[in-house]
Amino acid sequence: MPPIRSYHVSLLQQLESEALYVLRETAAQFRHPALLFSGGKDSIVMAWLARKAFHPAGLPFTLLHVDTGHNFPETLTYRDSFVEQIGARLLVASVQESIDRGRAVEEKGHRASRNKLQTVTLLDAIADQKFDACLGGGRRDEEKARAKERFFSHRNDFGQWDPKNQRPELWNLFNGRMHAGEQFRVFPLSNWTEMDVWLYIRQENIPLPSLYFSHQRQVFQRDGSWLDAETGFAQPQPEELIQQKTMRFRTIGDVTCTGAVESPAASLDDIIAEVAAARQTERGTRADDQRSESAMEDRKKEGYF
Amino acid sequence: MDLLRFTTAGSVDDGKSTLIGRLLYDSKSIFEDQLEAVERFSRKRGDERVDLALLTDGLRAEREQGITIDVAYRYFATPRRKFIIADTPGHIQYTRNMVTGASTANLAIILIDARKGVIEQTCRHAFLANLLRIQHVVVAVNKMDLVDFAEARFEEIKESFTNFASRLDNLVEMTFIPISALQGDNVVEKSTHMPWYQGPTLLYHLETVYVGTTENHVEARFPVQWVIRPQSGQWPDFRGFSGRVAGGVFKPGDAVTVLPSGFQSKIKEIHTSDGPLEEAYSPLSVSLLLEDEIDTSRGDMIVKSNNPPQVSQDIEAMICWFGEQPMSPRGRYVLRHTTREVQAVIKEVRYKVNINTLHKIEDDLEFRMNDIGCISVRTSAPVIFDAYAKNRITGSFILIDAGTNETVAAGMIRG
Repeated sequence: MPPIRSYHVSLLQQLESEALYVLRETAAQFRHPALLFSGGKDSIVMAWLARKAFHPAGLPFTLLHVDTGHNFPETLTYRDSFVEQIGARLLVASVQESIDRGRAVEEKGHRASRNKLQTVTLLDAIADQKFDACLGGGRRDEEKARAKERFFSHRNDFGQWDPKNQRPELWNLFNGRMHAGEQFRVFPLSNWTEMDVWLYIRQENIPLPSLYFSHQRQVFQRDGSWLDAETGFAQPQPEELIQQKTMRFRTIGDVTCTGAVESPAASLDDIIAEVAAARQTERGTRADDQRSESAMEDRKKEGYF
Repeated sequence: MDLLRFTTAGSVDDGKSTLIGRLLYDSKSIFEDQLEAVERFSRKRGDERVDLALLTDGLRAEREQGITIDVAYRYFATPRRKFIIADTPGHIQYTRNMVTGASTANLAIILIDARKGVIEQTCRHAFLANLLRIQHVVVAVNKMDLVDFAEARFEEIKESFTNFASRLDNLVEMTFIPISALQGDNVVEKSTHMPWYQGPTLLYHLETVYVGTTENHVEARFPVQWVIRPQSGQWPDFRGFSGRVAGGVFKPGDAVTVLPSGFQSKIKEIHTSDGPLEEAYSPLSVSLLLEDEIDTSRGDMIVKSNNPPQVSQDIEAMICWFGEQPMSPRGRYVLRHTTREVQAVIKEVRYKVNINTLHKIEDDLEFRMNDIGCISVRTSAPVIFDAYAKNRITGSFILIDAGTNETVAAGMIRG
């Protein structure tokens, strides 16, 4: 008797295969999709998967970076070299421009954040470029409102999410039909966890911004988060003492609302060990989610990622 | 298997959210900041103890009203397995949500309140799990603390569920576990209150139960999603049909047929960005290159020539109706099946099923939301399919209302 073939498919293979399927469905079902690229690890993994899904052809998506203007310089350097490496087109939609054009009004005070303003810039870019779908790196394990998301998430013509009235999503059949002016958000990494993302980055040897790895940084503490004091975007108050610490970032976003964590993790192996033992969620470092119990749900209803 | 996907079914107040909260909490899958948020909210609402059910309620309206509105997906992992839970609400639109959750699950947990025993809704849950071909069921008899952890009560429930389940043809394996989700008995930790129970805890069972894959490795099926044509100097003649294998095994050299055209060719290469593969099987996403230049596009299916699926414009299927509006008799809908979209007209409603008694209904044939039954449809172009019993991917479809674009029905093709 010949040996019996097992056809075993590892967890990462299953997740990769599912994501490639979703990316190809997006290319096939929509006229003009964009891939939201922030330079954070989830959008990096998503863009990496998009390159794989259409290889050896190029990406059938424009990369769209909604830029709050409050970037870590490493993120921008990384963004430009990564985009070149995978041969993609990049479009930058600037929150600063939205403010200058009077489309958005900057929050006042030292706690001001441009997080909410991103929605205005995103929706304007979608309208200007006539994007009918935006791929996002959001994962259901990240946040409680995101746990309710579909792979293909329907948005009305104001870009809004209606969580109580979503289309049922069965098997692998995605319904991307819509009326003129409506749009979709698509989440190929829905079923990935933070750990899956890190294991995949290690397996694929995907280059990452250096911010994810342990380094020395000037920081100050606010509401239990360590905020960056080097870029000048977050404004420490006189009582908020600036200290030098060994830090890394678990998520990367707008400088003013992304907290660093104290960590000696200098390699992917170190990070994976750290994530496995973590007792705080990764978005626990995000001031944008701490504003209220339903901060993410409220932003998504307004048209956020 | 590294991954187990399961769904949970229970009526309102059976303690389903508490059970999931308990599974997450006791398996240490809850982070400190999540727990603090739940404690804060519990206090604010004036609860006596921390309500673990809050861990799974994602929307503001759910937390405020203490109900679950929509299917939510939860993730947790133990050293043995990763789990994806499709957490479906127990009340309004129940059938619609449970069918959605069950469509991607390998196992269903059916919760029974030990005080109430097997009730109509239990039978409905078991029927739906069976309809969607979930072959593994765990019957969790909950609230054992409220029946004094009595073995006799547990045995009684076990017997009456087993009697009912004899009518379900797809069940391969059933496991009964007496638990108290509120107090944690037999969820993750073994109960000290039920020495008469020798079986596994719920989590141990979920970690170790052998779940044969739902993938079909016999009939080779490859729905074409997208055609890759780089048109670059480096890849001048590359023409890859990309998609996800929906069944069987493909190898270079295999004789294949492209449906519905019927053109034949051989597989030249199985392409991935990491290099060619020696074989491709479900659920891998790859690109197939053929020996001959054949007109092939999205919606076509590449199959092995020796084992073809059915190709027909007439389909008979069990459906579950989701639409707010009842199905219109002889109505026209868009039918989405694999990567193919065709027009469909409802030819006949054969019968509906009373899902509490499992009896056929033949006098009231109007499909309203949550109704289940058998229909026949005629499509504008051929559909390439297998029976749902053979292949979940090539045997399933959805109906879409072309006016509202809403998904109004889920269908499982009969063979």
